[in-house]
Amino acid sequence: MLIQQLVNALTLGAIYSLIALGYTLVYGILAMINFAHSEVLMLGAFMALGLAALLPAIFGTGVVGLVGMFILSMAGAGVINVLVERFAYRPLRHISRLAPLISAIGVSIILQNGVFLWISTQSLRFPEPVAIGQVPVFGATISTLQITILAAALILMGLLHFFVERTKLGKAMRACSDDIQTAGLMGINPDYIIALTFFIGGALGGAAGVLYGMNYGSIKYNLGFLPGAKAFTAAVLGGIGNIRGAVLGGFILGILEVLASGYIPNGAQWRDVIAFTVLIIVLLVRPSGLLGEKIAEKV
Amino acid sequence: MTTGPPAMLELKGVHAVYGKKIRALKGVCLEVRAGEVVALIGNNGAGKTTIMKTVAGLLKPEKGVVRFQGRDLPGLPPDQIMRMGLSLVPEGRRIFSRLSVMENLEMGAYSRREKDLSREYDHVFHLFPVLGKRRSQLGGTLSGGEQQMLAMGRALMAAPKLLMLDEPSMGLAPVVVDKIFEIIELINKEGVTVFLVEQNAKRALRASARAYVLETGEIVAAADSAALLKDPAVQKAYLGL
Repeated sequence: MLIQQLVNALTLGAIYSLIALGYTLVYGILAMINFAHSEVLMLGAFMALGLAALLPAIFGTGVVGLVGMFILSMAGAGVINVLVERFAYRPLRHISRLAPLISAIGVSIILQNGVFLWISTQSLRFPEPVAIGQVPVFGATISTLQITILAAALILMGLLHFFVERTKLGKAMRACSDDIQTAGLMGINPDYIIALTFFIGGALGGAAGVLYGMNYGSIKYNLGFLPGAKAFTAAVLGGIGNIRGAVLGGFILGILEVLASGYIPNGAQWRDVIAFTVLIIVLLVRPSGLLGEKIAEKV
Repeated sequence: MTTGPPAMLELKGVHAVYGKKIRALKGVCLEVRAGEVVALIGNNGAGKTTIMKTVAGLLKPEKGVVRFQGRDLPGLPPDQIMRMGLSLVPEGRRIFSRLSVMENLEMGAYSRREKDLSREYDHVFHLFPVLGKRRSQLGGTLSGGEQQMLAMGRALMAAPKLLMLDEPSMGLAPVVVDKIFEIIELINKEGVTVFLVEQNAKRALRASARAYVLETGEIVAAADSAALLKDPAVQKAYLGL
């Protein structure tokens, strides 16, 4: 029972972590909450649905088709996020801190309503990407779907870690997050790095959307809101702006939610309450999050 | 001062506004010629940093000419200006505190295409041996003097033609200041032109061949540094004599 719950928790936590990374990467550079991020993950899921109808004809239904669907959805979500930054945030960047935030809420509403009006108002069935089997592990049964989700999320996190720590562009991204003006003095084009950050954050969000669709088997125009809000909570919990913090926060939140719904009477109905209670407690007790540094004024 | 090679950096009638209202520069004219060490001295708030920021592209002048090697700079973003060979070591060092010493240096070389920069790293570690011992340490954990060395090393990684230093001695112990000025001399001998802003006028005048004195946004004196060191007005106002 516990192991079963733990696997559920890790699966959910992995999805939260991927989404939280998108919030934290953008915040790390612009100190801005991308409220449209939840819609980017929703669009990732819808693109995957569209591709799932198209791709088998090209790639077949096997692993190649699945990976192709995954990568294209990620790229699509990344491009959408870049466009949102380019047209909705960048022109407002120098006006005030509040303007891009409000613009982000506007973009979120536009994207959600766009899907609502032009695609579907109802839940759509998300196809099973691979035949789901059950694997017995220590007396618990784990579905191959959960293993796939967990593996995909961990691989993406590993790739992000490699990119950020080892590549020149990844280091430039961290330099911009540290001090964007001085990064410019090094010959780094901040606008390029910001766009790249939005692409990566969007792609991870898109991946989370696809995994979310796979996990629940159906998708809807408003699917992004709740996991988006919870992943934001996870990012704050871990320390917003901190990459490891986002992953840690995502898994902690996933574990808390699943254990609460498993062990507290009527817990399933309370899981959302638990997530946001955690947010409030963190904000009260440790505003900078678990791994966050003391919030210093950027001069 | 009309002889010698043409100006590498040239400012003519530069006006700039700092913040919303403060008129920080009122028609500044100055030039730095290739191979020189030029100092700009002045009190706190005279507008020294504003000049540096204006040249580096962090601030747009209201009017006036800013030219580097014949090219007009105003309007260009800092990263493009830097790629022309003009590096600024900003006031307060501004090293990347969450990047290691090596990564800071690597960012200094961001604009370079060569794959193998081992000679540049060796050069920096030769100039600043202490950085070599702290390679994997985070920039934010270095002492003030080490941070200044890192900021200079980082700028040198780009192999600039003109190195601009904004208050390199600020907040540093006299021994460290000695070391910094030794390095400035050395870098200049290696062919890098240096434009130096300092509140520490004595050091700056000793380290430079020519100097400008800035007072509330205006150049009030321009002469050979040796002459300024003996100028009674300068002595009284800036050298505490």
